[in-house]
Amino acid sequence: MRRRLAAALAWLWRYAVAALVLRASRRRTGYRERELPASPRAETLTAALLFAACLAGLAFVAIYAFDDANTQLLGLSIAVALGLIAAALILAAAAVVPQETLEEERPRFADPEQEEAPVEDSAFALREGIDGVTRRRLLGAAGAAAGVGLGAAALVPLASLGPAVGNRLAASPWKDGVRLVEENGMPVKADDLAVGSFLTAFAEGADKEGLATSLAVVRVRPEELELPEERADWAPEGILAFSKICTHAQCAVSLFRYPLFAERSPGPALVCPCHYSTFNVLDGGERIFGPAVRPLPQLPLRIEDGALVAAGPLSGAVGASWGRVREEG
Amino acid sequence: MPMTTRRVLRTVESRTGGSGALTKALRYVFPDHWTFLFGEVAMYSFLILVATGTYLALFFEPSTAHVVYHGTYAPLRGTEMTKAYASALNLSFEVQAGLLIRQVHHWAADVFLAAITVHLLRIFFTGAFRRPRDINYYVGLTMLVLAVVEGYVGYSLLDDLLSGMGLAIGNAVALSVPLVGGQFGVLLWGGRFPGTPDFLSRLFFVHVFVLPILIATLMAIHLALVARPHHSQFRGRRQKEGNVIGTPMWPAYALRSLGLFFATAAVLFLLGGLVQINPIWQWGPYEPWLGTNGAQPDWYLGWLIGALRLMPHFDIVIGDYTLIPNPFWGGVLFPGAVFGFLYLWPTIERRWSGDRRPHNLLDRPRDNPTRTAIGAAVFTLVVTVFFAGAADRAFVQFGVSYEFQLWMYRALAMLLPVVVFFATRATCRHLRDRGGHPARDSGARLVERPREASRPLSRPARGYEPRGTETAPEGDARPTGTTKEE
Repeated sequence: MRRRLAAALAWLWRYAVAALVLRASRRRTGYRERELPASPRAETLTAALLFAACLAGLAFVAIYAFDDANTQLLGLSIAVALGLIAAALILAAAAVVPQETLEEERPRFADPEQEEAPVEDSAFALREGIDGVTRRRLLGAAGAAAGVGLGAAALVPLASLGPAVGNRLAASPWKDGVRLVEENGMPVKADDLAVGSFLTAFAEGADKEGLATSLAVVRVRPEELELPEERADWAPEGILAFSKICTHAQCAVSLFRYPLFAERSPGPALVCPCHYSTFNVLDGGERIFGPAVRPLPQLPLRIEDGALVAAGPLSGAVGASWGRVREEG
Repeated sequence: MPMTTRRVLRTVESRTGGSGALTKALRYVFPDHWTFLFGEVAMYSFLILVATGTYLALFFEPSTAHVVYHGTYAPLRGTEMTKAYASALNLSFEVQAGLLIRQVHHWAADVFLAAITVHLLRIFFTGAFRRPRDINYYVGLTMLVLAVVEGYVGYSLLDDLLSGMGLAIGNAVALSVPLVGGQFGVLLWGGRFPGTPDFLSRLFFVHVFVLPILIATLMAIHLALVARPHHSQFRGRRQKEGNVIGTPMWPAYALRSLGLFFATAAVLFLLGGLVQINPIWQWGPYEPWLGTNGAQPDWYLGWLIGALRLMPHFDIVIGDYTLIPNPFWGGVLFPGAVFGFLYLWPTIERRWSGDRRPHNLLDRPRDNPTRTAIGAAVFTLVVTVFFAGAADRAFVQFGVSYEFQLWMYRALAMLLPVVVFFATRATCRHLRDRGGHPARDSGARLVERPREASRPLSRPARGYEPRGTETAPEGDARPTGTTKEE
């Protein structure tokens, strides 16, 4: 019995050795195919292309040196130079240098599910480094704590980037009595606005780039208006003012649609060109199309000596929505 | 071998002991397949971006200080604008070759992103993301994310009308992040949109330093992780899991690849010289109260503007607290879902197929019909949404009603991916079972051939055995046309 087992083992051993030898020998006989092109014509052509590239490069220099160097010629000359070099290199790769196909053995990485051996050395080396250290968990926890503290300290300065939100996102220059002015600072006159017209206005004295400063002022026929009751007196003579900043993604609501044939066409509306949010001006800026959710804030107006003046603050928050945008109106 | 070469080699060897590594590098084998070039085009575009960007940075001034324009471009003379915009105009009109370099930079960014995207598709559909290359796949995806941000930040610097409109939307998306959005937007911009002067200089620093260095670092890691297990390759007569067959680095591949670099540069300079891109002088300076119709971002952001447009109008509001404002859906959730899918896919596929083995041989797309179909469906969704982003162009140019387009794209975004999923899966199964080459053996060319010639050129992917229906026993050569699977 024992002899038969030994014989079987010896047999297995011989096969294993044979398999290993075969495998190792297969490794050495990589496939290789090599062909020398020896093509003087291709070499000449490559050289010619490179010389031509030199000329094209010099052409770029010459064009640049002229006072009115033009972009098209500059681009063309440098592109031709680069293209010729590309052609030369590709030609050289294909017809000048030895053509070779090679087989290379791939490095074999350990399969984590099958063999453990290759990582044993590193695992041992790592473990050796903490031989004789008794309070490993304490030290680990302390290290983690240090990391948390330092991480917090590293993150906190990010707050210096900007101020706290506070009421910054709600700031608005509009209150009762603020005059509407045009881009050049002149007051907006009611009589200058024809029915169907559209004008950008600003709060007098305010920073024009402030998000809440700019207004879209439009005029419709007063009998068209369908304003809610509490806004009945917000549009004297059919003149309406809205924040010009879209409540979806803050682009300027710079398109005004005023129908020529009111019976057949959709009603007058302000449209944002970014994502086509559309706001009905007749009912006080309610959204009728597009991704915006909140209505366009409306500014109550009154007319003093023919000029437009705010009769109160905007009806809602200006700009894109965020957490507290719907608070305190 | 000339004496000088030997002397240089000896010098290097005696100081670094590196000639062994050099010999190995010269003999490094690249498999021959044209789809392997996209990654190289991306890398070379990045080099050109760095070179042209360096030149531009010598002239561009990232300042929001206001000046009145007195330059060469007559229509804008006397206009008040920021120094940033004015310096971009001067760079385009006054600096010799400045416009050429600016346009090459812009084109290179578009080509960079396009090459990465096509490269990603190649990796996905051939299963090259599987072990041992999964980590490298994550590195590559991260580079794609960074490259999109880098491109957006880059064209936002100029302070022309389009860049300002893009930033307004970007700020709205930042504000839409639940709970911290308000703080987030105010922190990044230094206040409410359009922000403080600090914002532009931060943007500039991010564009010319932070992101390029991150991308370059990841690119180095990417290349190292390609070279370590060697390139993957398609199945072939000699190609095995344990080897790699192709052209050695020196001399043919080095020359060919350098040729590709110069060809990429040539195309970019041709585009930059002859094809106008981002003519910033036409739009004028940005002011928050200005906007223009038919404005389009660079192509790689088209899918985001499309998503913002297709989303129905709703916020999630609790009491009077706006938990999730609308721009979140299209601006954060949609790209988050698409990239989330891409990041998670290797894990999903591993779990679902139970295949955890390393794969150095690539699948052809048909070898794994379900993966190909899912990838094609997701890609179709993104492309549909991308086209929705151009709906305003169709409206302005061709007068196609915007409202109609919106509903059409909403329907297509739901339907097309499903259709594409089933169509792709059926096509893949058919091709796989027929074993032919889709271009050479397509039904379009009715070439009669004897039965035995229609033997498959290759086997279905080894090691890929999906659970359930389509189990292909390993090594099954499937003499197709004669048997039918039931």
